[in-house]
Order: sequence, then C-alpha cells, then structure tokens
Amino acid sequence: MKRRNLILKAILPLIAILLIYGVVLGEDKTIKMATTTSTQASGLLDVLLPELEKDTGIRVKVFAKGTGAAIRDGIDGNVDVIFVHAKEREKKFIREGCGTKRYAVMYNDFVILGPSDDPAHIQGQSSAAAALAGIAKAEALFISRGDDSGTHTREQALWKISGVSLEVRKTEILKKGKKTEICFAFPENSMAWYISIGQGMGKTIIYADEKHAYTLSDRGTYIKYKYGRKAGIDLQIMREGDLFLNNPYGVIPVNPVRHPHVKHELAEKFAGWLISPKAQSLIANYRLMGKQLFYPCNF
Amino acid sequence: MQLLTDSFISAILLIASLDPEVLSIVWVSLKVSGISTFFASLMGVPLGFLIAYGSFKGKRILIICLNTMLALPTVVIGLFVYSFISRRSILGSLDLLYTQKAIVIGQIILILPIVATLTIAAISRIDERYRKTAMTLGANRWQTACVIFREARFGIIAAVIAAFGRVIAEVGISMMLGGNAKGFTRTMTTAMALEYDKGEFILAVALGIILLVLSFGINLIFNFFQGRTRA
Repeated sequence: MKRRNLILKAILPLIAILLIYGVVLGEDKTIKMATTTSTQASGLLDVLLPELEKDTGIRVKVFAKGTGAAIRDGIDGNVDVIFVHAKEREKKFIREGCGTKRYAVMYNDFVILGPSDDPAHIQGQSSAAAALAGIAKAEALFISRGDDSGTHTREQALWKISGVSLEVRKTEILKKGKKTEICFAFPENSMAWYISIGQGMGKTIIYADEKHAYTLSDRGTYIKYKYGRKAGIDLQIMREGDLFLNNPYGVIPVNPVRHPHVKHELAEKFAGWLISPKAQSLIANYRLMGKQLFYPCNF
Repeated sequence: MQLLTDSFISAILLIASLDPEVLSIVWVSLKVSGISTFFASLMGVPLGFLIAYGSFKGKRILIICLNTMLALPTVVIGLFVYSFISRRSILGSLDLLYTQKAIVIGQIILILPIVATLTIAAISRIDERYRKTAMTLGANRWQTACVIFREARFGIIAAVIAAFGRVIAEVGISMMLGGNAKGFTRTMTTAMALEYDKGEFILAVALGIILLVLSFGINLIFNFFQGRTRA
C-alpha cells in the first residue's frame, strides 16, 4: 500500500512536467498567418493545414483579410508569415526588409463578371483590357473592390492598360512624421457608373449581382458564390484566360531581423512545406464544386 | 503614440485641404444620421409620451419589450431589412438596397426604441403635481401635454442626442444596407472600417477625430435647445 503511494508520488510530478512540456511545445509550434480572403473562403486552407500539422506538427492560426491589410500585418510584425496575391507589392515588402523571401506557391486567374444580358457587349472583346474599355464606353455599372486588395490592385493595373483616361485621387496624410500620399486610380468622370465599395470579394460579387453590374473577381470566390450557395447569383464570366488576368499567390516569412519575436524557423518550414511535392499535389487536386481553383507552381 | 500624433495632424491636413472625398463622406454621414434621427424622434417622442401617460393593459410588458430592443444588434437589423429589400425579395423592385434610404430605414429601427424609452424615463420623472396643477388651472389635455413637454424637454432632448450619437457612430447597418459605395453611401464609420481593412490606420483615426469634432459641434447646438439644467 505504502509502496504504491510512493510510486504514485514519484509519477505524478513526472506526468505534470510532461503535460506542461507538451503544452509549451504545442504552443511553440503554432504560427500566425495573415492571408487573403480567397485562400480561406475557397476552402483550400481547410485541406492544406490539417496535412501540414500531420507532417510537421506546425499549427497555423489564420487571419483572413484583404491583401493590403495582410501585408500591413506583416509590416507590423503581427504575424509570422503572409500568404497573399499582389506580386509587385510582395516584392516591395521584401525590398523594404519586411520579409525574407517570396516563395511562389500557386496561381489561379481573375475573371471579369457581368450580368447575363451583357449590356456593354464585352463578351466578344479581344482582351480583358478591351473589355474594360467597352464597359467604360458603354458607361455600364462597374463595381470596384476599392479596398487596396490584390484584386483591386490588379483592377487598377487593367484600367491603366485599357486606354481609358484615369483620374488619380491623392490623399495626403502624415506617416512617421513624413507627409505621404495615398493614391487611388479610377476612370475619369465615372461618377455615374463606377462604384467603389471597399469591401471583400464576396460582398462585391453580391453587390454587382444586386445592381446588374460588372466586376473583377478571382475565380475561386466566383465559383463559391455561383455554385456553392443556395441563393446563387446571375453573374456570368464575360472574360477569362487572358495573360493579364493571371493571379499568382506567394508566401513570405516575416523578417526576424526586423521583428525578433516572429517564429521565423517555423514560418520557413511552413513555406517550404507549401512548395513540397505533397502540398503542391494537394493544391492541384483541390476541387470546389468539381472545378479546379488553383494551379501549383512547382508541380 | 506616433499613430495618435500622426493621425491628429493628418486630420488637420484633411480638414485644411477640404478634401472633396472627405467632405462627401462627412456630408453623407450627417445627412443620413440627421434624417433618421428626425424621423425616429417624430415617432419616438409621441410614442414615449403616450406610453408614459397612458394606462392600459400590458404597459409594463411593452416597456420591457422596448427596453429589450435597445440591445438589438445592428447586424440583426441589417439582415432583417436586407431580407425585405434585396432584389429577389418582396420590395426588391423598389431598388432600395445600397442606397441612403436603406440606411435611414435601418437606423430608424435602431434608434426608435432609444428615443421612446428615454422619453418615457424623462416624462415619468416629472412630478405628477405639474399635470394636476395644469388641469386645475383649466388646461385641456393638449395644453397639459405641452406643460409636461416643457418640463421634460431636457430629458427628451437628451433622448434625441443619445439617438443621434448612436446612428452617427453606427457601422453595421450603414455597411450592410448602404454598401459603402464611394460618394453615395460611404459614411465616416464605414470609411474608417475600410481604412482599417486597408491597413491605413492613420487615415482611420484621422476620420475618427473629425467625427468627434463634428459631434461636439452638433451637441453644442443641442445644448442650446436643452436650456439650463435645473439641478
């Protein structure tokens, strides 16, 4: 009897230590990631992250927002890694020393959506840029994300090559004591037909559907809203498969030199796993409503 | 700290430059909040009056229900109104969704209980003797009501102020029913939410500072009508 007690007394602290160790260890293997709404809303992360945990033990806390806000989280060191889609801005992020390296993970494409009766007759246009020019010419309603997201960044780039004359709105604010301008390009004299709503992709699709308007969307969110909901939407794809509609996603670990508290090693490991053959094949085989959404870069 | 000082100076920069976009946002905010406060008061004050002075069955339950409605989340109101005015529903043909009118409808639902309950509270605090004195002096019901209204005006205007503060600071209804369309339904709060989403915190806080300054000005006006406190 006494002996059993003694054994118990010896074992209990051991168990306690193991438990605490386990908790601490478990906590240690959790990283924070800021990403765009499209990776989460499409359901891709729900497939990737459990496999990641199985393979590496890394758990990822996901914060889904617009690309602008996700990059901002990276700049501020709120997260360990970012997973976004705005290549130029990702490059700038690294140039400014906020991130260590960009890993090309996958790509999908943007589509130009519009009401099925196509009031601006853009379905026959030769390119995405020409389609936008057609919308501007017909002054057909166009809904813009207007939220500095990856999609909004691309939309502004498309307007730039469309030949439509643009207006650039500048707002002057003070950043770190220095005057900085925030720029925002949109078609000139478009008050009546160009609506900038500053909301996420899903909301923008619904807005465009409600207003019988055109909009630019990533394919994943469109498929999700078109086929994944009971209510459905009328919007249809007007333009696709254009070189300028290509939409690459990259993952970037946050620079530990700038933010010593970030879990850089784990973030690197996560990025490395994303471009590993296994993750790449998971991405390639991911289907939503029977449709492929993302194309891996290293497959 | 840097964020606050930067934001403060940016707010001054925005005001000084009379930025047309900021002006439009401020105008939409004031207009929408003003209209909804006006209509909510037009309905809520008489409603509060009737409930406070009426004696009918279920009065207490009615007051409890009104008090409960104070806790109605803006998202619920937004969804409720949305389900009536979206293109595929009953009132879809009116094309109300994503207009300022839609915001006004939602906001009236939001603040009507505030105006009504605070009016009830204001009137209930008025000494019963005012009413009796007025009536013994030969006042009819309408005149008696005016006397009471005069006595309760401090509390009633406080109700309107609370309601106005609620709508001008509200973001859920404006976002869901207004849709944050630039130049049409973008209000100060939805603009702030957007700037936060974009990661432009300085602009968001700057707009917040402008909102507070404006509210201060409006409360000065209200205070003028409120008169001096008796206490």
